[in-house]
Amino acid sequence: MTPPQRQRRSPGQEPYAASSAAGPPSKDDGTPNPERLFVIGGEGGGERADIDLVTLIVARADPPVSATPEQAALLRLCAAPLSAAELSAYLGLPFSVVTVLLTDLLATELVQARAPVVRQKVADRNLLEAVMHGLQKL
Amino acid sequence: MDFKNSDTIPGPRTEDRLPHTAEAAVKIVIVGGFGVGKTTMVGSVSEIRPLTTEETMTQAGIGVDDNYGSASKTATTVAMDFGRISITDQLVLYLFGTPGQERFWFLWNGLFEGALGAVVLVDTRRLDVSFDVMGRLEERGVPFVVAVNTFPDAPRYPVAELRGALDLAEEIPILDCDVRRRASSRDVLLTLTRFLHSIAMKGPLG
Ligand SMILES: Nc1nc2c(ncn2[C@@H]2O[C@H](COP(=O)(O)OP(=O)(O)O)[C@@H](O)[C@H]2O)c(=O)[nH]1
Ligand SMILES: [Mg+2]
Repeated sequence: MTPPQRQRRSPGQEPYAASSAAGPPSKDDGTPNPERLFVIGGEGGGERADIDLVTLIVARADPPVSATPEQAALLRLCAAPLSAAELSAYLGLPFSVVTVLLTDLLATELVQARAPVVRQKVADRNLLEAVMHGLQKL
Repeated sequence: MDFKNSDTIPGPRTEDRLPHTAEAAVKIVIVGGFGVGKTTMVGSVSEIRPLTTEETMTQAGIGVDDNYGSASKTATTVAMDFGRISITDQLVLYLFGTPGQERFWFLWNGLFEGALGAVVLVDTRRLDVSFDVMGRLEERGVPFVVAVNTFPDAPRYPVAELRGALDLAEEIPILDCDVRRRASSRDVLLTLTRFLHSIAMKGPLG
């Protein structure tokens, strides 16, 4: 039995990325590419803080009396550092809803955010070596 | 969830709390088709019971009506399992198991780009379900390794044949695994990290 055959793509080769103002690009058969019509997190709303799934959040204070029930729950959860993804899981709220909550709590300085280390053009070797050593201990 | 009683929301168990010294996190994405073993892999190496985060995606109605606002909208919820491995007292690694057939994930800025790299988990009975995912990772310049989760009744191909079929460059690691085993899942992650390290060594500062 022979496996099916794939063809590799190259960086930057995004077929639909450079679309003009002419609306959603079409596939060969003329149907609109549905991908362009998706919006993450539903309602757009205002500015949101730049929060990654693995941004670590730590409460800076106990919930004030003015806190909403959601805010109070979130603040109790992150008495010790917790990723935004974990907050979403424990609160049972979509991630984008958690980022909205966190945007307010950051603005009022009720929480602190510890930014993730993201991949760079030249990855940090020391970081990767630390990850290797950590995995070897498993 | 009843937020009126926010005291009762079950948070992390005491042993699942991170130390206050935790200052940064990194992530690796495990991507593949339904039933390929993503959740099993996350669970076999995670120090916490795997958790689920969800996101909503609103799809604007498709049709002749191009008026913004008047087009019908459908909301869909998509879920992603994840786990955690403490690397040091300061550094935490998160693993996200992401269904590869959902184009939606690739619209999420930073989900893949912000990751150190990705594991493409494949089942040789359905190799082609991962073709699109690999192409998208290549387009975005996200380094990945291919891990073949060996189900008993799946065809076994020699690595060279698989590399040819997947059209993967010689340096991209391809390895077999049994994601139910912690040591095997760990080896997949180690292979990815070594691969990322080799890329870093080749960098301009190398
Ligand atoms: N025989 C065998 N079964 C597996 C293996 N990995 C996962 N499974 C089973 O396959 C099913 C789907 O796995 P799951 O991790 O939920 O897949 P996911 O949809 O990618 O998250 C589960 O019932 C697993 O127990 C494997 O390596 N060998
Ligand atoms: Mg799963």
